[in-house]
Amino acid sequence: MALTDPRLLLLDPADTVLVVGIPFAGRETVVIDGAAVIVDGAVGRGHKVARRPIAAGEQVLKYGVSIGRATRPIAPGEHVHVHNLSSDYTATYVIA
Amino acid sequence: MSTTLAAITRPPTSSPEMRGWPRSDGRKGIRNVVVVAYLVECAHHVARQVTAGFPDHDVHLIGFPGCFPNPYAQRVMERLCTHPNVGAVLLVSLGCEAFNKRQLASIVRETGRPVETLVIQENGGTRRTIAAGRAWVGSHLAALAAMPTEPMGPGELIVGTICGGSDGTSGITGNPAAGRAFDLLIDAGAACIFEETGELIGCEDIMAARAATPALADALRHSVVKAAQYYATLGYGSFAPGNADGGLSTIEEKSMGAYAKSGRSPIVGLIKPGDIPPRAGLYLMDVVPDGEVRFGFPNISDNAEIVEMIASGAHVVLFVTGRGSVVGSALSPVIKICANPDTFRRMEDDMDIDAGRILEGRGTLDGVGAEIAALTYAVAGGARTKSEEMGHQEFILTYKTFEPAGPGCLPV
Repeated sequence: MALTDPRLLLLDPADTVLVVGIPFAGRETVVIDGAAVIVDGAVGRGHKVARRPIAAGEQVLKYGVSIGRATRPIAPGEHVHVHNLSSDYTATYVIA
Repeated sequence: MSTTLAAITRPPTSSPEMRGWPRSDGRKGIRNVVVVAYLVECAHHVARQVTAGFPDHDVHLIGFPGCFPNPYAQRVMERLCTHPNVGAVLLVSLGCEAFNKRQLASIVRETGRPVETLVIQENGGTRRTIAAGRAWVGSHLAALAAMPTEPMGPGELIVGTICGGSDGTSGITGNPAAGRAFDLLIDAGAACIFEETGELIGCEDIMAARAATPALADALRHSVVKAAQYYATLGYGSFAPGNADGGLSTIEEKSMGAYAKSGRSPIVGLIKPGDIPPRAGLYLMDVVPDGEVRFGFPNISDNAEIVEMIASGAHVVLFVTGRGSVVGSALSPVIKICANPDTFRRMEDDMDIDAGRILEGRGTLDGVGAEIAALTYAVAGGARTKSEEMGHQEFILTYKTFEPAGPGCLPV
């Protein structure tokens, strides 16, 4: 498998997201699967970034299974969270 | 990466040396607690003041706040008062509540445990009942301390697991490490319980594939469908804002992380709160009520589930947290496994296991899993957890409705 920044964890070979093991303080260029991509801002530990382009409506895979669908197109390196990912079961409640 | 023994924060005892207090039902306790139980909220203060007289002893407060009867709460209270970790029981009643105190006292008495019921309205009120309660507890402490123990094997141990205050690290460090510990404990002959079907939404099929029989697979799947419907009616998933701050985006993502606590063993049964695992192996506890949505949220906070696993006989509970929960429990020790290394550094006093170090290359899932199993044996052997040392004895019990588990749920 091509090189990926060691701060990003791949939990399952099928996954379309990587888990942030060591946090990113701000905008940075990182390597994902051998390609340079931009992480566009701070991303905390335990959060996710896209491993490859994800289309709107496409299932997002972590642990090799779907954790919901993209609500808009997501670019590699982009933070994947409640702003662009929604549950197929019950909506996520966040304090605005 | 090999297991880094140097990173293990507590001395591991791979050969468990456990001793337990033998009980009349054949189970053994790892603690010998005096329970003081209020049977309605109106008796809570008096019961609390009784326990407050014994800050240096295992005198624990539990209770049910409702004035109206509930068969689930009655059963859970009966299970708790006859839990192997319990040596004696003091019931504190106001007098006019609907709780069936005679039945509860009778069930405890049949086990051979000392039991007393104090009715505040018949005892002259608050001050006199507190005095009578403290006198009763005080008169039993010496006998409890002198009770003999017997050797206890891993096969006599029931261990529960829960995660609370989860974040994006829970599902990659603490939960899978707890799952590794479960595998080790089950291999040694223990019964282990995982739960919160509302946090297994999305995992139903992969979980069903691990069931011992097709009928059990159907029951497991159905329990998650029921949970999804229940939460959909309520309008919220089992998902707190802090979960999202910590990087979790959806209930199915949180579920997959929570599911990792179950390890890799086959699932041998589905139980409901108060059902005691009949033999070794891994059990799912279905904590979501049966029937129409009636009494609100299935579990209003983590301790509700901890209480249910203890009602099913759990001697010890493994609690994985990312954001940093501080709770313990009445009756059974809670081992806190911290999934997030930043949280561990902030809240080390509250955490028994530093699982987040895996993220920083200072440990492995197998190594932390072995450490958790070793600590479980040590705690069963008498070592105190951090939350026990600090006096955490949280307890909550609310209204629910359950049907008995179906015939396919406990295949022989």
